[in-house]
Amino acid sequence: MKPTLRSSLKQWQPTLVWLTYAVGLAPAVWYFYLGATGGLGADPVKTFELFLGLWGLRFLILTLAVSPVRDLMGWNFIAYRRALGLLCFYYILLHFTVYLVLDQALDVTAVLNDTLKRPFIMFGMAGLAMLIPLALTSNRFSIRRMGAHWIRLHRLIYIIAACGVLHYALSTKVFSMEQLIYIGLIIALILYRSGRPILRNRKPRRYLTTSP
Amino acid sequence: MPAYRPPRIAASEITPNAVYLQRREFLAAGAFGAMSLLSTHRSEAAALSTVSSAYKVDETPTSREDVTTYNNYYEFGLDKADPAALSGDFKPLPWAIKVDGMVGKPGTFDLEQLLKDFPIEDRTYRMRCVEGWSMVIPWNGFPLAALLDKVEPLGSAKYVAFETVVRPEEMPGQKSVFQSLPWPYVEGLRLDEARHPLALLAVGLYGETLPNQNGAPIRLVVPWKYGFKGIKSIVRITLTDTQPVNTWQAANAREYGFYANVNPAVDHPRWSQATERRIGESGFFNAGRHPTLPFNGYADEVASLYAGMDLRTNF
Repeated sequence: MKPTLRSSLKQWQPTLVWLTYAVGLAPAVWYFYLGATGGLGADPVKTFELFLGLWGLRFLILTLAVSPVRDLMGWNFIAYRRALGLLCFYYILLHFTVYLVLDQALDVTAVLNDTLKRPFIMFGMAGLAMLIPLALTSNRFSIRRMGAHWIRLHRLIYIIAACGVLHYALSTKVFSMEQLIYIGLIIALILYRSGRPILRNRKPRRYLTTSP
Repeated sequence: MPAYRPPRIAASEITPNAVYLQRREFLAAGAFGAMSLLSTHRSEAAALSTVSSAYKVDETPTSREDVTTYNNYYEFGLDKADPAALSGDFKPLPWAIKVDGMVGKPGTFDLEQLLKDFPIEDRTYRMRCVEGWSMVIPWNGFPLAALLDKVEPLGSAKYVAFETVVRPEEMPGQKSVFQSLPWPYVEGLRLDEARHPLALLAVGLYGETLPNQNGAPIRLVVPWKYGFKGIKSIVRITLTDTQPVNTWQAANAREYGFYANVNPAVDHPRWSQATERRIGESGFFNAGRHPTLPFNGYADEVASLYAGMDLRTNF
């Protein structure tokens, strides 16, 4: 059989997954370089912090979009979903680290006070805390060992997405157009997931067939 | 994502200010006189002749670069860089301010005339934004009280209301599909606050006329209050006996009050006001956090205005 585009993509898949990580982390490296060399303007820490949070949201959206894109357009990026999800985790972890170390200068009391008193920080912290078990179980071994529990655990991503949206929406003085687009996308993806079992019943066994 | 990198310009390449200011004469003198007509539409910083004053905080001023590129002026956009980038079409001259309401001598005052009537003072003030950052800015301006004296407020006047210009064709933030706030932007002070010698009508910074992004051609500066009280590009001042509603209070009364005095003890509902990041000082590896001071460090001068008031409820 002649190699099709699909099969040659499959052959390169491991490389492409690693490339996803490399390309995905490039914005953080680039902005860190700009920040360290005075290229991020008047308020570099805030700019970097916001930038990392936004990229976290972007990878969250991409992670959640894998299933709808497969259902609606027939493009299958499932092999990249773990990379996208972990990139989301890395960016949110960096976002938190910059807040703790560069913004609050390791003032743990101030960070704890903020977390307990301010809903938007509470939502952000809750989202990060829930991302940790998902990141720790993002490997073949955990999937095999946990079986159905793994799927149930990883549904947490929808709660995390809701926390992310609230954290972002409550963090600014007024809503910007950009913010409304992110919020709208995440709400749409959560709604799609909650409506998905119905779609599934209509087309049974579609995802159980393996490609030859 | 493209990132803006400020170009590195060698000191030797920078045109001396005196030469720069003569460029129109140079153009007018040449065969390309018509070109100088084109430049009259652009707003350009012009030197102000100023007198010194006692109102100078003993702290390093924030660089002119930071003061003029990191701005909140939602009429031009929500991003801090938007006002500098998107205010090029705004025409600050000619300019007139209408002063009306409970005054003996209402009138419309031409800015050029006001600049001749009052000495323009150099005043270096701290500026604390409600968002948690701060600057030290060398303003040039005259006391608001001087203008109020001119119009002779009536005994019944208790408050002063301010209004920003509305020019959607020159201010992209007023024109876009998505409107962040209702326009015009409005602000207010109690009359005794407005008469306080610290309350300044600024017409310049760093010895030159105000850039558009900083509220050209004339703006309010009340250094003991959060920055949003400093209404920009003022076209109208009205004396009244009822407390005016200010734009941010109207947008979210739970979070922003009428007084908006800087107060480290009263947090914004969504973030702490105990400390501030000093712009310019706060490098990438140095948060540059300063403790926020009551009344932004002007307590000795202004605390008596609020004697007996509960500053937690009157935030």
